[in-house]
Amino acid sequence: MKIGVFICHCGLNIGGVVDIPKVLEALSGYDSLGHVTDYRYMCSDPGQQLIKDAIRDKGLTGVVVAACSPAMHESTFRRTTEAASLNPFRCEMANIREQCSWPHRGEPEKATQKALEIIKASVEKVRKNQELSPLSIPVTRQALVIGGGIAGMQAALDIADAGYNVALVERLPYIGGHMAQLSETFPTLDCSQCILTPKSSEVGSHPNIDLFTNSEIHAISGYVGNFDVVIRRKAAYVNWDVCNGCGLCMEKCPVKTDSDFELRLAKTKAVSIAFPQAVPNRPVINSEVCRHFTQGKCGVCEKVCPVGAINFRQEDAIIDRKVGAVVVATGYDLHPKTRVGEYGYGVAKDVIDGLEFERLNSASGPTQGEIRRPSDGKIPKEVVFIQCVGSRDQENGYPYCSKICCMYTAKHARLYKHKVPDGQPYVFYMDIRAGGKGYEEFVQRATEEEGVLYLRGRVSRVFEEDGKIVVFGVDTLSNKKVEIHADMVVLATAIVPAHGQTELARLLKISTDEWGFLSEAHPKLRPVESLTRGIYIAGCAQAPKDIPDSVTQAGSAAAKVLALFSSDTLSHTPEVAVVDEEICRGCGLCVEVCAYDARTLDMRRNLAVVNEVLCEGCGACQVACPSGATCQRNMDTAQVMSMIDAVI
Amino acid sequence: MKLSREVIHTEDKRKLQDISGEEILSCYQCGKCSAGCAMTSAMDLLPHQVIRLLQLGQVQEALDSKTIWVCASCLACSARCPRGMSLPNVMESLRSTFLRPGDRCLNPAEIPYELLEIVPEQALVAAFRKYT
Repeated sequence: MKIGVFICHCGLNIGGVVDIPKVLEALSGYDSLGHVTDYRYMCSDPGQQLIKDAIRDKGLTGVVVAACSPAMHESTFRRTTEAASLNPFRCEMANIREQCSWPHRGEPEKATQKALEIIKASVEKVRKNQELSPLSIPVTRQALVIGGGIAGMQAALDIADAGYNVALVERLPYIGGHMAQLSETFPTLDCSQCILTPKSSEVGSHPNIDLFTNSEIHAISGYVGNFDVVIRRKAAYVNWDVCNGCGLCMEKCPVKTDSDFELRLAKTKAVSIAFPQAVPNRPVINSEVCRHFTQGKCGVCEKVCPVGAINFRQEDAIIDRKVGAVVVATGYDLHPKTRVGEYGYGVAKDVIDGLEFERLNSASGPTQGEIRRPSDGKIPKEVVFIQCVGSRDQENGYPYCSKICCMYTAKHARLYKHKVPDGQPYVFYMDIRAGGKGYEEFVQRATEEEGVLYLRGRVSRVFEEDGKIVVFGVDTLSNKKVEIHADMVVLATAIVPAHGQTELARLLKISTDEWGFLSEAHPKLRPVESLTRGIYIAGCAQAPKDIPDSVTQAGSAAAKVLALFSSDTLSHTPEVAVVDEEICRGCGLCVEVCAYDARTLDMRRNLAVVNEVLCEGCGACQVACPSGATCQRNMDTAQVMSMIDAVI
Repeated sequence: MKLSREVIHTEDKRKLQDISGEEILSCYQCGKCSAGCAMTSAMDLLPHQVIRLLQLGQVQEALDSKTIWVCASCLACSARCPRGMSLPNVMESLRSTFLRPGDRCLNPAEIPYELLEIVPEQALVAAFRKYT
């Protein structure tokens, strides 16, 4: 065995702390080292060439690159090794940056000693490394998209347009998500429905998209390329295959109930289609209020339906699908205004949130697009908009910025001014964050041309008095306390992940941040991938974002899915757990400790087995195994022991 | 300070905008005018604060400030303003609004003789220009 050690300075990152000449000198007499050298930037092309040349010229059979974390550059250097015709699994990283020079910046002597020990341990590991080849996994070239808002729709369309089948699962009976509720969109003020409906109708009729609305993910198992999904389609009590969407049932239904789509600002029927452009244009019976279900009588809809589509005995349907990749685009909810005590706990009818204002402003909304306040239907002449309600409020809400409120509040204030020219909009803000193409100009137009008065400061209290909504605020620019007796108040409440997202993440075994937003694999360089291979994320499920960003991210997630579908098989690292079947006695401890569901018991043979594709090579089972039957390839017990020997 | 449509949109404010030719709301309160003003040590309000008062409809408070008289109309602020607003125009409109009733002008007869002896002629001319 001839092992080469290549020490990277990483500029001053390592070289500024670790005394590299000293390390080189200490290594010079070390057992079976065929070559020891250093370089300023080993990851650079000349640095990699150095390794390739040494492998060829010195006939190296093992390589240790002492540099940064393997998470950073292991694949780089293994490719380098392979290019020089040496098995890539004979190359190991010795992490002397994240685990040595960075944390021990103040103690260069000790850091130098530690670097030497880390390198020696890695040399001992490589000494016993076997030549391995990657595992091959088959790929089911069908995708699952969870969430039918603008992000989910875009991801589904992009994948479907490339020729692959997509199952799009949406919890509500219609697709479009919150975008379907918006009146106009910033910064161009084009009507949301007008730009959404072409897309939703395309999704509805696309030959490669199977639309499952009114449906949820019941269960999911498997791994990249091979997920088994169970979709539960909730009973609509209407046979959608027969129904022609004529709407007669809605017309004749005697039961009125609050419309969720209209955010309880308007009534709908017990059997209803949420809005006129809904895709699919099929009604659902709300069994919680329908007289047939609550009182056992009525059945008018069944009588009037010309095609016999009403079916009170319909049950939830279970649909099994096999997919190769999953895009999660489950969207957002608004922080409930009932949780904001100082702004009246949502008790005052004329204190509404941003989405409710969208409905008031929408031509198909409860007021046909006229701005009328909910309590008495009067046109409000003084409207106060309050930004950062729950957002940027570490103590009472969330520390993060909800990103879209600055823009939609400016939009709301402008739209209000267009409809009520003699009205006065006020906006309480902390900072105006209008980063985006045409955004700053949009906000400036609100102040300069439309007369929206921006007041810099947070509102401390909102309460009802004599038919007015009194707002106590401050203008920190003039250092004056401000009191406004308004007719209506609009709260830009914080964006939070859609309810149920945490449970879904648990089902998918992907992680979330402390607020429930899905975690990306890398915040800058892998923003649409989850940490689980084959599961991608898009839209507000990941973090608050506007429509253009959601569409961009969805397209990017689709591109990742298409890259996955570009071949029949995938490769997986062979550095996974293996079981010595002679020793294993089937105790099952490994199954219990495995975080990836990669270990199962073969009851017939009374053995524990490894699903190599699911195994991430974490080593937990190797530690847990009482008989020593489980070990990880290229990290077996003998290797670990000699690594320890090298250090002490 | 109570704010309402009536408070913000006063006749005085409309006149100020007419006289100055400036759109008061176009100021986004960055403060660059105040940062570069050479006279701020003698001012009670910074120039951008005067503009803010006008945005809030507090015209009287702006008229009561020393700042509008201290402004030397050197134009450094307007040359640098990112919104293209001419503050000296606004200051001038405030001064002329203050003087408009006619009873607040500088009366030469009321200037003490002792002062006249020491005051530079140029300052006197400037005072007439500003206070009439």
